[in-house]
Amino acid sequence: MDIFLQAMINGVTLGSIYGLIAIGYTMVFGIIGMVNFAHGDVFMLSAFVALILFLILTQLLGITNVALAFVIVLVGAMAITALWNWAIERVAYRPLRGSFRLAPLISAIGMSIFLSNMVQVIQGPRNKTIPPMFEKNIALTSGGSYDVTLSYKQIVIMVSTTLLMAAFWYLVQKTPLGRAQRACEQDRKMAALLGIDVDRTISLTFVIGAALAAVAGVLYLSYYGVVSFADGFVPGVKAFTAAVLGGIGSLPGAVLGGLLIGLIEVLWSTYVSTDYKDVAAFSILAITLIFMPTGLLGRPEIEKV
Amino acid sequence: MTTIIEAAPGRKAAPGRDGAPTPMLSIRGLQTFYGKICALKGIDMDVNEGEIVTLIGANGAGKSTLMMTIFGSPRAREGSITYEGRDITRLPTHEIARLEIAQSPEGRRIFPRMTVYENLQMGAAINGFAHFDRDLERAFTIFPRLKERAQQRGGTLSGGEQQMLAIARALMSRPRLLLLDEPSLGLAPLIVKQIFDVIRDLNKTEGLTVFLVEQNAFHALKLADRGYVMVNGLITLSGTGKELLSRPEVRAAYLEGGH
Repeated sequence: MDIFLQAMINGVTLGSIYGLIAIGYTMVFGIIGMVNFAHGDVFMLSAFVALILFLILTQLLGITNVALAFVIVLVGAMAITALWNWAIERVAYRPLRGSFRLAPLISAIGMSIFLSNMVQVIQGPRNKTIPPMFEKNIALTSGGSYDVTLSYKQIVIMVSTTLLMAAFWYLVQKTPLGRAQRACEQDRKMAALLGIDVDRTISLTFVIGAALAAVAGVLYLSYYGVVSFADGFVPGVKAFTAAVLGGIGSLPGAVLGGLLIGLIEVLWSTYVSTDYKDVAAFSILAITLIFMPTGLLGRPEIEKV
Repeated sequence: MTTIIEAAPGRKAAPGRDGAPTPMLSIRGLQTFYGKICALKGIDMDVNEGEIVTLIGANGAGKSTLMMTIFGSPRAREGSITYEGRDITRLPTHEIARLEIAQSPEGRRIFPRMTVYENLQMGAAINGFAHFDRDLERAFTIFPRLKERAQQRGGTLSGGEQQMLAIARALMSRPRLLLLDEPSLGLAPLIVKQIFDVIRDLNKTEGLTVFLVEQNAFHALKLADRGYVMVNGLITLSGTGKELLSRPEVRAAYLEGGH
């Protein structure tokens, strides 16, 4: 029971990170119908941006307050990654709009390869580490054979994820920008007829998706304390699995799918096999696509008109 | 010229054609292609301020293509579209929408997963919600049905309600020229009458200029000041609504058994 509880805590932590990345996949798919295969690498890039910012703040500027450094890193990484993704969309996807359907997809795969290779060349192929932060743990149970702990890191991850998702939900549901975003997702041509600049709205979608991926990147870096140029791929595909499981195009689905994938992965490595945890996640991708292509909260293609 | 138009009733319509004003919307030699297929083969037409102008024609004649070409989507290959003296032929779609022209397009194109209220908010997106509450009140006065359905998703409305919503949404931006594409399509006669009454009222009381595309030729020509007949991407006839109604070829092609 204690082990199960610990696995749940760890699973939710990991799932929060997947959920944040999955939102980027699902939003981009919703608005332009493209699976953005470079999104995992944008996430990896954001972790490197965070790493560099963190080192600048602590080593060069001598900031010792970890919480302050964390907030600055978070905001900085969100802004810089958003700018990157904005540029990627302009360079690699927008010129292909109106081209055949596979064109932007192939371009995204190319962009994925470009990003991971660029980071490899600039930062080197080895793992990069940061000094640990938020090291304390809270023991939830004690005295038994196994102490269930909740680390400060995990609390930071859950709180940041909850806050940012709430802000994001507000943005999409309640602001004119979010409304324009949803309108473009449902009918781009009609949105243009109502005076919405569709290209700008698509750019905005990439910017928001990247900002959330950057949050995931910062949290990932602070959780594991290490990142490498190849770290975009596996979390990226898992987050994509999460988006598919939740129902691609559905925002609550992305969050739900992320949490489920995180939980399944941790439970699988706890009770079955650590070596095969990726197999579990990817089996879910295959099973979902075969038996439930619309996912848990996705909508079927047919709509009442 | 730009003037701020209040939604208040009693706005005077522009002087008639006798005063020889420049038309509000003027289309010259317009050609539109889908790939190699020529959908519009050189259209000339005018809409004067304060008028209701209708365009009738059979399925596939190019009526909706003309409506969308006015909004630059698809883009015209030849010819020009002038609105209020300004050439808008090459303007991006969303910028045309900001010139006080609104369209209720073919198929209504309600945002299905947004509420009625949100659909109306989208209609007001370009004027920054400065007078949103007043305009919303006006929309609900014109179509009380929408008020009852305000929190319902657009996709769950009936065809008639969707049509009302499409028109109400177009009015939310306070247009001076309203493009209506087949508002009567697929609707029960009673609702068609209701919608045509609304169009007439808006024209009479607020001086709203209306360009109406219809297959329901009888109703449209009775309502309109002037009309055009389109066949295979060309205008073949034009005249006042009354004139066209009495033309034997119009009667034969569009009215026999049609009302």
